[in-house]
Amino acid sequence: MAEAEKFAGTTRKVTAHLTQNEGLSFEKSAPGKKAYRLAPLDVPEVDPSTLLGSSFRSLNAQLPELSEIEIIRHFTRLSTWNYAIDLGMYPLGSCTMKYNPRVNEFVSRLEGIAEAHPYQPEELSQGSLGIIRLLQKCLLEITGMEAITLQPAAGAHGEFTGILLARAYHQAKGNPRRTVIIPDSAHGTNPATAAMCGYEVVNFRSNPKGGIDVEALAQAVSEETAALMLTNPSTIGVFENEIHRIADILHAKGALLYMDGANMNALCGKTRPGDFGVDVMHLNLHKTFSTPHGGGGPGSGPVACKKMLEPFLPVPVVEEGADGQLHLNYDRPQSVGRVRAFYGNFGMFVRALAYILANGPDGLRQTTEDAVLNANYIRKKLEDVYELPYNTPSMHEVVFSDRKQTKNGVKTGDIAKRLIDYGFHPYTVSFPLIVPGAMMIEPTESESREELDLFVDAMRQIAREVEENPQVVLDAPHSTRVSRLDETTAARKPVLRWRRP
Amino acid sequence: MLREIGASSIDDLFAIIPQEYRLTRDLAIPRQMGESEIVDHFKAAAAQNANGYASFLGAGVYRHYRPVLIDAIVQRGEFLTSYTPYQAEITQGTLQAIFEFQTMICELTGMDIANASMYDGSTAAPEAAMMAMRVTGRDGVVVARTVHPEYREVMHTYAQHREVATGHKAREVGYGPEGTNYAGRIDLAALEQAVTEHTACVLVQSPNFFGVIEDIPAIAEIAHRKGALLVVAVAEAVSLGIVRPPVEADIVTMEAQSFGVAPSFGGPFCGVIAAKEKYVRQMPGRLVGQTTDKQGRRGFVLTLSTREQHIRREKATSNICTNQALVALMATVFMTVYGKEGIRELAQQNLAKAAYAAKTIGANGTLLFGQSPRFSEFVLQTEEAPEQLHARLLQEKIIGGVALERWYPELGNATLWCATELTTREQIDQAATVMAQAPAVAAVR
Repeated sequence: MAEAEKFAGTTRKVTAHLTQNEGLSFEKSAPGKKAYRLAPLDVPEVDPSTLLGSSFRSLNAQLPELSEIEIIRHFTRLSTWNYAIDLGMYPLGSCTMKYNPRVNEFVSRLEGIAEAHPYQPEELSQGSLGIIRLLQKCLLEITGMEAITLQPAAGAHGEFTGILLARAYHQAKGNPRRTVIIPDSAHGTNPATAAMCGYEVVNFRSNPKGGIDVEALAQAVSEETAALMLTNPSTIGVFENEIHRIADILHAKGALLYMDGANMNALCGKTRPGDFGVDVMHLNLHKTFSTPHGGGGPGSGPVACKKMLEPFLPVPVVEEGADGQLHLNYDRPQSVGRVRAFYGNFGMFVRALAYILANGPDGLRQTTEDAVLNANYIRKKLEDVYELPYNTPSMHEVVFSDRKQTKNGVKTGDIAKRLIDYGFHPYTVSFPLIVPGAMMIEPTESESREELDLFVDAMRQIAREVEENPQVVLDAPHSTRVSRLDETTAARKPVLRWRRP
Repeated sequence: MLREIGASSIDDLFAIIPQEYRLTRDLAIPRQMGESEIVDHFKAAAAQNANGYASFLGAGVYRHYRPVLIDAIVQRGEFLTSYTPYQAEITQGTLQAIFEFQTMICELTGMDIANASMYDGSTAAPEAAMMAMRVTGRDGVVVARTVHPEYREVMHTYAQHREVATGHKAREVGYGPEGTNYAGRIDLAALEQAVTEHTACVLVQSPNFFGVIEDIPAIAEIAHRKGALLVVAVAEAVSLGIVRPPVEADIVTMEAQSFGVAPSFGGPFCGVIAAKEKYVRQMPGRLVGQTTDKQGRRGFVLTLSTREQHIRREKATSNICTNQALVALMATVFMTVYGKEGIRELAQQNLAKAAYAAKTIGANGTLLFGQSPRFSEFVLQTEEAPEQLHARLLQEKIIGGVALERWYPELGNATLWCATELTTREQIDQAATVMAQAPAVAAVR
């Protein structure tokens, strides 16, 4: 048994099977193949070259030509090369890869919802506006905030919107201020956002527990501080229990507390940012509220804020008229403007609302409890084999480091690749930056104890492999279609599109 | 599990949250629903929206047929429930599909490179303008008033702090009036005046918000003469099947919603930035590149990530983190289904339908900018106010063109109409008939 465990392909979770080879669609193309048929034209033909003159396109774009079955096989084959939540646990820390319920997909495709045009008359958009309104109410209740916009298209876009609100607020008081304080444990989007909004970034060192050093913060905050961007729970999965003192320090100098809501999955139904002093925050509907990540988007990043920031929200805002009808109000002179055309990623609102309705108050609370329970279970089961850099209690995710493994030359990235052979998607590698060799694990509430045990098993087996046969880990993955890819050459000599040989 | 952890109750795990901030009541949100109730809830909402109406709405969101193959493919859990392809060995499906997407966008736009997608067309345009600022080291932006008004608003939101810092405001350039060579297109003489040695880029949309195709070679010449870049936004992607691609541009931004993506009340859609190869290192957003594995087999990876926020933090090209991968996949399947011939045939049908609609519906008013080439939209000026016109059309279950007064007060009673391959001759004829019945009194505003 011990011998077999060292070898790839003998895990309890997976068995190797064949996948089909598939070239690029362009390589499979042959002239004259078709997968479409238009309805016959019921109006007079036109001569495009006459109508368009010099704007007429004479050469066709070289798109592939394939038959319908070739197309469905093409994409189905590609799909089988992906790992997905629908296949197994996806413990990417900070990404909240929870189950994406299929009913969400179903309702988002109902004709009256999917076909709604953003400019159709308000009286024929009451269903869509009602969805926006109800989702806003639910999110405000969940966060304890007082006003909200759903317009931002993703989390980073929400950060951008939130910092613009802060800027407009300070500007209205006469001085936009100069700096935004960001802990060194933050997501990279935070400093990039502050810079986009014209702020100087003050990088703030975490204390030895990975949290905010409150005394140092009191020194750092000044009349030129616009805001502190804080992730809570932090990126090491720890709740900032001095959060209210932090808020007080900021507020005493007129600065705002921005909360990156990436980790809201640890808080829903248990505590509310609005109650613990947050002034403005974004949510990630694609994390906490189960809308699918889709291979990297679409996301949706609503921004919730306190009353004093409400005048600055992007236009339009949804309001209920005296007639009981919902309206879009564009007349908001203090607004920061639009951050996106139309009203945001509406299709994601539908899915997020469906998730909230499926859970209700008790379900959302239990979701949070289960997410935290699962993370703590993994922590307990692995803390003897992997180094725990911070001993503070974990919330919805746990961060280990590769310190014990590096003495055998194995790093976090190698262990991650080896996890693939055991049938799991890797955890988040090398983030947060404050933990050298970080291994950030977020199981979410979706995983059963059985799946968690398989994961624990895999992680423990890998730890043993590192001791007994580190090369097998260094060479991983062994079971995938392709082995480790040459990223250096990809960046040095970029090939970003196919060209006809 | 609690026992294994060594906790006596679930609340032990939340003990770090100070007591006064713990929520001890239920959230005041609707109670937990069964699946059938959820479906009913949204069916009721859907019923409160427009159902069974003929629609002539376009203006940045276009109603095209979406081949059923698209949904069959994007509903595969392996695509739907996968994350950003950071672990290339187990996300080759997503990566190869994006590589195909990038290639097809290049083919359609005539650019050398394209990214893996942006949030949407309205955010891609300002991101491209900021990219032009990085390339040229200049801060000024000159924007045509014929660019989608909401894109321009987003542009202003993105640019405002840079303006404060540099004093270079985004300048808008108007369009030529009726009866001139540049009716409904950017006023070239005014453009010439507006572009200076501080101009990073000129931003135009083509087909523009009025549906008119801009004179890209002439605009490029003016921009380039002063060392500025030309950014061309394409909001109606289907137009590229038959309209000459803006090859003189330095950067092309796109909204790919037309490629198989539902209108969905305005999103999620799929923005794109494509550009000349030499600008690749200033490109925002994700890029997929081809490489090989240890055995020499072809594979794909996210590449050039040193431009991005997770590496560069405050010095990144943008704060953008996600793209719109699943929507880009819809567009990829759409482009594969229609292919080389189909995209042209489809575009030609749109052209024909819009030409017929402009002639038929246009007979009930003044067709503006009629001498300029256009794709699938047209502007109609009527004696009757748009509110009245709309009210009469709605009675016959027709949604008329978008009223333009809110953005272009100088155009008075103007509406923007769109016809696509899904618009039938019957719908066009019926709309024209209703419009012809305009009561004489209604003509007086």
